[in-house]
Amino acid sequence: MKNKYDNEMNLEILSKSCNESFARITVAAFASQLDPTIEEIADIKTAVSEAVTNCIIHGYENTEGIIKINCKIDKRKVIIEISDTGKGIENVDIAKEPLYTTKADLERSGMGFTIMESFMDELNVESILGLGTKVTMTKTIKENS
Amino acid sequence: MNISYDEKDKLLCFEITEEIDHHGSEKIRRQADNEIERYVPKRVVFDFDKVTFMDSAGIGMLIRQV
Repeated sequence: MKNKYDNEMNLEILSKSCNESFARITVAAFASQLDPTIEEIADIKTAVSEAVTNCIIHGYENTEGIIKINCKIDKRKVIIEISDTGKGIENVDIAKEPLYTTKADLERSGMGFTIMESFMDELNVESILGLGTKVTMTKTIKENS
Repeated sequence: MNISYDEKDKLLCFEITEEIDHHGSEKIRRQADNEIERYVPKRVVFDFDKVTFMDSAGIGMLIRQV
C-alpha cells in the first residue's frame, strides 16, 4: 500500500540522556531533504531535544523506557511525533504554561513546551495518566527563493 | 560539550563549547559549583560564544547559578 506521505521514518531509542543529541541530529538529518535554512534546522533540533528530554525526565523519571520518534514529510511540511509510555501528564494545559515545572529541584526551567510551541508551527500534546504522552509537532519548511 | 574556566582578581570566567542539553548541563553545573565554591568570586561570567546548540536545559542551568 502506498504511503500517504512523501517520506517517513521511525526511530526507537532508550530513554538515556546521551541519546538526546542522537535523536535531534537524526530528525534534523531527515528534515534536511526539504533543504531547510540553518535557522529552521536549529528550531527543529531544539524542539526535538525538548520533547525527548521531557520523555526522559518526566515520562520515565530517569528510569529505562522506550522513546518512539516518527517523522513524516508531507509536501513542505515536517510532522514529528515523539511518544513515551511513561507516567503521563495530569493537566496538559498547566504543563504548557511558561516557567511551570514539577521538577524545580532539578533546575528545570519550565520552558520545554513553550520552546516547542514557539519554534514549531503547531504543537499538540496528548497524554493519559499512567499510560504515557505523545507530542506532535509540525513545521512547514519554506521554499528557498 | 566542554567547559573550561579562568580566574583572575575575583572574576571567574567559564567558557562553554559545543552543545548544551540536559545530558551536558549536569557537568557544567557540577564544575561551576566546584569552582565558585573554591574561588568565591565577586563576578562570574559564562561565555557562550562557542556554543553551537542550547535548549532549555541551558536556561535551567543559568537560572540555578543566578
